Amino acid sequence: MQLQGWGRFPDITANIIEPVSLESAQQLFKSRQGKPSTIPRGMGRSYGDSALAAEVISSRFLDGFISLDEESHSIRCGSGVTMEDILKVAIPRGYFIHVLPGTQYVSLGGAIAADIHGKNHHKVGSFCRYVSSLDLMLANGEIKHCSATENPELFMATCGGMGLTGVIIDATISLKKVPSVSIKKKSIAAENLLECMDHIEKNDTIEYSVAWIDCLAKREKLGRSIVHLAEHCEEGFSQYNPRKNLSIPFSMPSIFLNNYSVSIFNTVLYNLLKRKNAFSIVNYKPYFFPLDRVRNWNRLYGTQGFLQYQFVIPLVSARQGVSEILKKVSESGKGPPLSVLKKFGEGNENYLSFPLNGYSLAMDFKNEKSLFPLLSELDEIVLAHGGRLYLAKDARMSEDVFKKSYVNWEKFQAIKSQVDPHNVFASLQSSRLGLT
Amino acid sequence: MKIIIIGATSAIARSTARLYAEQNSQIFLVGRDERRLRELKADLELRGANSIENLTLDITNCNEHANVINKSIQFLGHIDIAIICHGSLPDQKKCESNFREIEKAININGLTTISFCTEISKQLELQKTGTLAVITSVAGDRGRQPNFIYGAAKSMVSTYLQGLRGKLLPFDVHVIDIKPGLVDSPMTAKFEKGALWSTPELVAIDIVSGIKKKRHTIYTPSYWRFIMAAVCSIPEVIFKKMKI
Repeated sequence: MQLQGWGRFPDITANIIEPVSLESAQQLFKSRQGKPSTIPRGMGRSYGDSALAAEVISSRFLDGFISLDEESHSIRCGSGVTMEDILKVAIPRGYFIHVLPGTQYVSLGGAIAADIHGKNHHKVGSFCRYVSSLDLMLANGEIKHCSATENPELFMATCGGMGLTGVIIDATISLKKVPSVSIKKKSIAAENLLECMDHIEKNDTIEYSVAWIDCLAKREKLGRSIVHLAEHCEEGFSQYNPRKNLSIPFSMPSIFLNNYSVSIFNTVLYNLLKRKNAFSIVNYKPYFFPLDRVRNWNRLYGTQGFLQYQFVIPLVSARQGVSEILKKVSESGKGPPLSVLKKFGEGNENYLSFPLNGYSLAMDFKNEKSLFPLLSELDEIVLAHGGRLYLAKDARMSEDVFKKSYVNWEKFQAIKSQVDPHNVFASLQSSRLGLT
Repeated sequence: MKIIIIGATSAIARSTARLYAEQNSQIFLVGRDERRLRELKADLELRGANSIENLTLDITNCNEHANVINKSIQFLGHIDIAIICHGSLPDQKKCESNFREIEKAININGLTTISFCTEISKQLELQKTGTLAVITSVAGDRGRQPNFIYGAAKSMVSTYLQGLRGKLLPFDVHVIDIKPGLVDSPMTAKFEKGALWSTPELVAIDIVSGIKKKRHTIYTPSYWRFIMAAVCSIPEVIFKKMKI
């Protein structure tokens, strides 16, 4: 059937296999001779082609909870369990997930494979820091238990490894005790990028921080933004909050997303939020997952889909690097409606994990031919400042850019060739990047 | 709530059980695969179920059905809701030339279900309360060329339930016929999926709300009621030439 990533580009024909148990998954790997490469896939929320291959193994039915250990605050569940499911079980017991992405519809397996980050990265690091162990099914059907102490190299390759080491069957993650799932938030308007970064750095001790940037603003207003800061309330209700979502039933004609409409949208939003300077209290859902309100919002970008460009630039040259990129983007007139700026804390040792200490900016672009040269120019700026692109968002990076920026790729490939010498696991992305 | 689910590891049953687990129900699971039942038990307990018991059974062994209901009563005390979900999609082509295959298909999708209904209704009659919900299929509404063996078995169950509904009315026992349309589940893994396909999770939501509202026949998703009404209204002279 037709299959795409969240950005709906590229679009390929793939065979999807959905094993219902560990045994049926192992059965698939008894004899792989003559079969195409395969890649594990969870909720399909990576934007580009990292979960695309001629054959895809879905974790859809590996979605059961296995055990909860109240003493160590940890939960073990199948890799197909989503953040939404975990929150449903965790919140009534007073727990929360350490690291949450911008949508609750990602699978546990996907969260580990992309070593996702959240609005609190500067304080707590990325998702895999809280993965105590995982069961990985290798290309020969063997199950390997991996943790920081058991098969540590395979563990480091699998955390952030984009599914290329094998199929994550289940994992144990630690949860955090929270006094409340109500969120106390504050928004600060910033006239330009430097002011925005000053606000972020001044509030480094606050748990959650992220900024919305208007990428169309130019000259002295370059990087005009709203900084959102938040913390858990000291008390308040600890109820899971079910909510009905809106839905985009079909692809919108992409003509509605043009320079004028986006510019008006951004200006209205900026002026609306500018006045909201005081603290307000909201439930965790609208705070963490604003876009989940609209199911299939990715259809807003039309049938051709869109690309998200997310990079990180180390702290030393972040101000200059991000400014250069914003300038290029605002001049191009391809301005994305919403862009998200986030300051990361220290990176980790995982070979292919994305975060490093610096600033990350994520921008959505409608897919059109003229976009690709612009993104290649941005690649050069990112490289020049020692940065890199997020693999979970990427659909087009060149092998050269990848290998220059992910300096541990050879270490990763060495582990991969030990556990999967025939590249049973390969995605369109891994082939493009010269990893398989 | 006290619930028994037959065919508990089927995708629709699993999703339905999860919704009832979130409502703190006590559930007795019956299925074929012991390991998967054990896994489901742990899953449901974490999702909020009051308590779970599971029993492994070859469902085609109808002699055991009475015993299964007895065991469920020992665990549950009484039954508020009984849901029968088991079934298997036969290979229509194989069936057409081999009566043994037809026999197997009718047995698993029709007779075993009716056997369970018989044993469960005895218990519900005794209690003078409860709901029996049975998953049949839109395939039972009209015999269509690509799957009329499966359709015939499901249609048998639907006809049976219509009669049973009246018979149990004096005992305050409610009978629901659940007719899912195309559902993207392991049973339909080999089919190409299109716009009309639904998911076990969405079907489960309809089942739980239909049971609560004491509906007689639920089409899920609900648009299948209209699709099947249209299919059933095609004159036979034309319909017999159609391969839908």
